[in-house]
Amino acid sequence: MKKILLLALLTFFGLQAHAQDAKSVSKTHGKYDIEVKGNCNMCKKRIEKAAYSVNGVRSAEWHADDQTLHVMLNDKKATPLQVQQAVAAQGHDTKFNNKDVKATPTDYENLHGCCLYERE
Amino acid sequence: MMRNYLFLIFFVAAQMAVAQNILRGVVIDQDNQPVYGASVVWENTSEGTNTDESGNFELPLNSSSNQLVVSFVGYKTEVLPISTTFIRVKLYTDGALEEIIVSAARRSMIKSQRPTANTVVMSSAELLKAACCNLSESFETNPSIDVNFSDAVSGSKQIKMLGLTSPYILIAEENIPSVRGASQAYGLSFTPGTWVESIQVTKGAGSVINGFESISGQINTELIKPMDDIPYYLNVYGSSDSRFELNSHINEKLSDKLATTFFIHGNMRLGRHDNNHDGFLDSPIGSQINVLNRWQYQNVEKGIVSFFNVRYMDDKKQGGQMDFNPRTDKGTTNYWGSEINTQKVDVSGKVGYVFPDLPFQSIGLQVAYNYHNQNSYFGLNKYDIKQNSVYGNLIFNSIINNTLNKFSTGINFSYDNYNEFLYQNQVTDWSRRDNSVGAFFEYTYDNLDNFSVILGGRLDVSNRLGVFATPRIHARYVPWEDAVIRGSFGRGKRAANIFAENQNLFASSRQFIVAQDGGKVYGLSPEIAWNYGLSFNQKFTLFGKRADAGFDFYRTDFTKQAVVDVDFSPQQVVFHNLNGSSYANSLQVDFNIELIKHLNLRTAYKYYDIKTQYYSGKLERPLQAKNRVFVNLEYQTHDHGNGHWRFDATYNWLDKQRLPHTASNPVNERFPAYSNPFSSVNAQVTKVFSDSFEIYVGGENMTNYKQPRPILGNTDPFGQYFDASMIYGPLFGQMYYAGLRYKFL
Repeated sequence: MKKILLLALLTFFGLQAHAQDAKSVSKTHGKYDIEVKGNCNMCKKRIEKAAYSVNGVRSAEWHADDQTLHVMLNDKKATPLQVQQAVAAQGHDTKFNNKDVKATPTDYENLHGCCLYERE
Repeated sequence: MMRNYLFLIFFVAAQMAVAQNILRGVVIDQDNQPVYGASVVWENTSEGTNTDESGNFELPLNSSSNQLVVSFVGYKTEVLPISTTFIRVKLYTDGALEEIIVSAARRSMIKSQRPTANTVVMSSAELLKAACCNLSESFETNPSIDVNFSDAVSGSKQIKMLGLTSPYILIAEENIPSVRGASQAYGLSFTPGTWVESIQVTKGAGSVINGFESISGQINTELIKPMDDIPYYLNVYGSSDSRFELNSHINEKLSDKLATTFFIHGNMRLGRHDNNHDGFLDSPIGSQINVLNRWQYQNVEKGIVSFFNVRYMDDKKQGGQMDFNPRTDKGTTNYWGSEINTQKVDVSGKVGYVFPDLPFQSIGLQVAYNYHNQNSYFGLNKYDIKQNSVYGNLIFNSIINNTLNKFSTGINFSYDNYNEFLYQNQVTDWSRRDNSVGAFFEYTYDNLDNFSVILGGRLDVSNRLGVFATPRIHARYVPWEDAVIRGSFGRGKRAANIFAENQNLFASSRQFIVAQDGGKVYGLSPEIAWNYGLSFNQKFTLFGKRADAGFDFYRTDFTKQAVVDVDFSPQQVVFHNLNGSSYANSLQVDFNIELIKHLNLRTAYKYYDIKTQYYSGKLERPLQAKNRVFVNLEYQTHDHGNGHWRFDATYNWLDKQRLPHTASNPVNERFPAYSNPFSSVNAQVTKVFSDSFEIYVGGENMTNYKQPRPILGNTDPFGQYFDASMIYGPLFGQMYYAGLRYKFL
């Protein structure tokens, strides 16, 4: 159908999602913005892939400019913490609701050169 | 290419043994974004390199220096002592340039590596590059589509994809099939170019969502959306072949949810030209009025978007001998002439709903009604076709588990009522009713990285085509950086509207003969074809310039075909079922490069091998060049806030083309077996004064090549040797035009 239309709408929804923070959008699904550190497109692929590996994650999108992973998940199947752990295991430090889940030094050093973000 | 291979080989080598004599590194900015094109040099030497798009660089260690100088315009230069084989360099902006806005020009033809199918998106900017007054002319700058004249009378242009004519392409407007049935011959000229927002051109088997008919490709046109439109737009155009056009759009935003646009298009061709002195008009005279009113309602909170369109079109064309006067000569043998009058009414609506709590799930409904009435005569041949159509499509999009796995499913139906009459010595009535209903399912998997696949299937029930399944597969794989391999495979089935699609043949003394054998489509079988395709594209940097190169190869295999046989006899056209093999192979090799900033070169070489079993043997498809070369050059001067210039030129070379068999005619009424190769050049210059005003001038066919003899039997057009349908090149010599565009922002 109207992929473009859908995209436009999705963008709008994306904007709306910005306005709300970690707000449950329905009985079963919640949207969460998790802070994830990274640099480039290569990081983006790795971070999103890690998020998707968690069962119950419906959509995951990471933006480099605001260092945020926007996830939507089924609250009955997954928690933001599980997403944090999956992403951290791939080498990226995460933060959600003031809770840090950091990558181990080994996982961080295994990252590709352009992904070696500055650690706090 | 070479560099990439070297890099690959190098990369592998580096993996195997840590290269101690090479410094690898990455340059990023303060926002951790890679810096592309930064200069990396050993201090006081000329040994250096530039970073690639990911900010990476490699540089052999230098014996005379271990100080690395990293610099880029707008950033503070860094000088770093090197003692390792890997370094990460962060550049900080130097403040002096803080105010500069860096913008990359978006290309008007986007060959993205993202989509799974082999799709190119042409933006409206691409359409501004040619005289382009309607859709049929808007592909002049697109190498994947060949634009040709169809006959010497109607002046219409015929497009081909993979060497197959437009009936084998599913042509849709906002995903509703638009150029089909009665509108097959001239339908593309019924959409003015200024109405178009973008065009998506997909090669090979298309998606199953829009139907089962596409065989060689899909072309979908998106019209301008009232919500994004500007209050007023005006375009005026005039050309040396006395064609005048006027386009005016008036947009009104009634609220933040509701907007409407009135599109008004008028064109006139007044000039009677006979530059080749064969007694016939080189291009028809006529006029078109085309009016569209489009509404858009959008409620973001509720997730609703809807469109409603009403359109009316009236198109008149007159061609034939210079002295022909319809009032006194129509239906007589005083002079040979032709008139084609078409009225069209379209009403369509669309509603899309995105589930507010599940943004990846949506449902859409499209409904369209279309009335098309063509009354025409070509000499003593008379052809009338009226089509009433209703089309509906219901689509549900969602995901399986997560957004890596998407699917679309739904049903669509179409109903067509044709009143079709052909008068050739006697009247034959080909009126009929067609209907079909079908269900489709399309699954898309995308791992967001290097692989995606679309599996599609349809099941349709049609009164004329029976019950049948349509499978389609597209896959995309990224083997290494900036390269993409695509493959596609699919089946298409269609009912050939043999008269509507081959109206150009009415401009001849050929007798229309249908070799019926009990099939359900004009007594013939429905057409069935399989299409396979493979393509490869690689982006790379050549001497520091952005470039890409690639090829695609497609094969179309007809298992059933309504063959249009003009080789049996020059006095006949025989429509018969395929008895034997029929295939179309096409190979396209592209190379594109940005020579300097704002100067882009596109080149393509195309090879076509198209053969069909005719009554008289297995022959090359007539009027089809085996080899074609396409070169397009575009340049834009830098805009310093006071306007800029745009230059665009397209060169086409066409190899010899096989001409239909005429050897049985008397010597002076014969064509040679093959045409001569020829080339043509189109160019345009635009002066953009501001965002709201621009003027353009251009030329078409500037090499002034004209087909030496377009019409056989032109001295006796009612005799048995008359034929104006064998057109392989331009009829009109050089043509110059000028126009202006005004936008009230």
